[in-house]
Amino acid sequence: MLLLIQYTLIFASVLLLVALGGCISEHSGIINLGLEGIMVIGALGGALVMSRLAFLPPAVMVLLALLAAIVLGMIYSCLLGVAAIHFKADQTLVGTAMNLLATAAATVFVKAMNTASNPDNHSSEIEYVAGRKMFIVNINGFEFNWFMPLAIVAVVLVYLFLYKNRLGLRLMACGEHPQAADSVGINVYKMRWMGVLISGALAGMGGLCYILAGVSLWKFENGVAGFGFLALAVMIFGQWKPGKIALAALLFGLFRALSNTYMGFPFLASLKLPSNVYNMMPYIVCLIVLAFTSKTSRAPKAEGIPYDQGMR
Amino acid sequence: MKKLLKREGVQAFLASIICILLGLLIGYVVLLLINPNGATESIVKLVQNFFVSKRANLRLKNFGNTLTKTIPLIMCSLSILFSYKVGLFNIGAAGQYVAGACACLYAALGWGWGWLPCMLFAMVIAAVYGAIVGVLKAYCNVNEVISGIMLNWIGLYTANTILSSVKETASPYTLYLDKENPSALLPNIGLDKLFNNSTVTIAVPMALIIAIVVSIVLNKTRIGYELRATGINKNAAKYAGMAENRNIIMTLAISGALAGLGASMLYQTGYMRWECTQSSVPAMGFNGIAAAFLGGLSPIGTIFSSFFIQHITDGGSNVNTNFYSSQISDVISSVIIYLCGFVLFIKLTINKMISRSDEKKGAKN
Repeated sequence: MLLLIQYTLIFASVLLLVALGGCISEHSGIINLGLEGIMVIGALGGALVMSRLAFLPPAVMVLLALLAAIVLGMIYSCLLGVAAIHFKADQTLVGTAMNLLATAAATVFVKAMNTASNPDNHSSEIEYVAGRKMFIVNINGFEFNWFMPLAIVAVVLVYLFLYKNRLGLRLMACGEHPQAADSVGINVYKMRWMGVLISGALAGMGGLCYILAGVSLWKFENGVAGFGFLALAVMIFGQWKPGKIALAALLFGLFRALSNTYMGFPFLASLKLPSNVYNMMPYIVCLIVLAFTSKTSRAPKAEGIPYDQGMR
Repeated sequence: MKKLLKREGVQAFLASIICILLGLLIGYVVLLLINPNGATESIVKLVQNFFVSKRANLRLKNFGNTLTKTIPLIMCSLSILFSYKVGLFNIGAAGQYVAGACACLYAALGWGWGWLPCMLFAMVIAAVYGAIVGVLKAYCNVNEVISGIMLNWIGLYTANTILSSVKETASPYTLYLDKENPSALLPNIGLDKLFNNSTVTIAVPMALIIAIVVSIVLNKTRIGYELRATGINKNAAKYAGMAENRNIIMTLAISGALAGLGASMLYQTGYMRWECTQSSVPAMGFNGIAAAFLGGLSPIGTIFSSFFIQHITDGGSNVNTNFYSSQISDVISSVIIYLCGFVLFIKLTINKMISRSDEKKGAKN
């Protein structure tokens, strides 16, 4: 049971961080389908710091790993920003390309790094046992991860930013009616860039959190198994509102956690379902939830439409 | 020259070439950054693919292998292209491909069906799988990209579970088709002798014909016109009396059928077996996106772009693995997809250049 709570909380933290990223980006008017790719790149940055700089004091190392994930996530999200804001590219296409590119590039990079240090090593794995320990406090068998409070702080900050702050309200205006926002002197391009960059930072953090969830070795060929898209589903289920997104993330986190821990429950283990059924669970729940909630979706009105000043 | 440049098709072709060249250039730079010594040799070998082989015989055989794998890619990109014309981004093609693979392999190995029933079964199952996305989109307003991705993963785990019952006991791979049920292998119609390669089958001419049929259906028939109209403006289509919900579901069912056929055209050649423990969705559906956009969203262009993508993907194994990894070709193809996002901009630039030089000429006269 403790294990289930632990996994639920950590997976919920991942989904929450990434979904908040998607939320801010969509409120600014850009659909960020590249979240999955940004997660991979953020995870790569964090993993590199954790495997190379684990000799530093824990607090410094944790901050550096976070910083690496955030910065790399932001840099990578620029690919979306440039294409979608300035070149009016199809945001779905660009996001998809970013997802494919991230996994491929991370694999090539990690393999090259591994091969350079040991000519026989052609794997795409990074190991970070010592680094992972610094993120975790063990309380009577419960692995408390610093990402759990961080995710809660992120919800509060995003809420304050979007609803209690002039900048955030302006940003949301650009996702609802950019022409109107522009007419009162708000720079739509700037606001959209801000949305994309913040989503890059949050998704990068989420990626790092994901690879810390259960293992201390990550194979970058595997990417992040659709978590970026699950996060988008969480965001839709949460109706683009930070508080509701947090609750949605908990629900999805629970189902994802079940696939890691169902063997620990006598009732579930006695059903003798194949493990694949539990693997599928979060995706199936996601489909069902979306089927019932999308009808009344309150998506930002101008999301996905490139801003054209001449359209005013 | 200028007249030529004004044509839509020529512009699309130019834009694709620019994307390819930039993609290769970026791939080359990545290789250079990793290790400058073997980079030039590796990128050349990557582009050469089967031309690397010294013996003509082997070259032909490897050409056949690339061709065999190009076929499902053509089908997947046709699937994506077909939906895209109707305004739907069918990223679920990967899952529909998996559904098709699962259906045809199980029908062949579990039930001992012949090749044609297997193929049709794959098509039907994949069409149903695609239609799920369509129903969710039409009646529940679920974004097709997200439901597609979810169904990709559901399909993968389902296929792994179902196909586990027809796998070898010692390995995670499904049984050999040519040993268990040769009747399910696609007929070669003499192409195997031509290519000295038993995996080149009837699938090759079939895929080419299907590409032409898709092109005709989209551009020359009423149903194609209706579908495209729905894609351009759903509300206008509804106003004009077209059943927009039915059109959405039908589009995704057809897309699914195309992807499922593609899977059957690969797995029923015996070239590949399904690995029942695989933890990621086959890349074929995603590479299909690259091929569809690189082909300028034209069914005929897709044939060439699919061959090119598969060509460099296979060529990736030629790089010097002492320094580099074969995934470099994935990097190149994903960069190409990314650059395809700029096609609109490239076309605009070409048009601007033309009109500017026209103006100059006008001023002189």
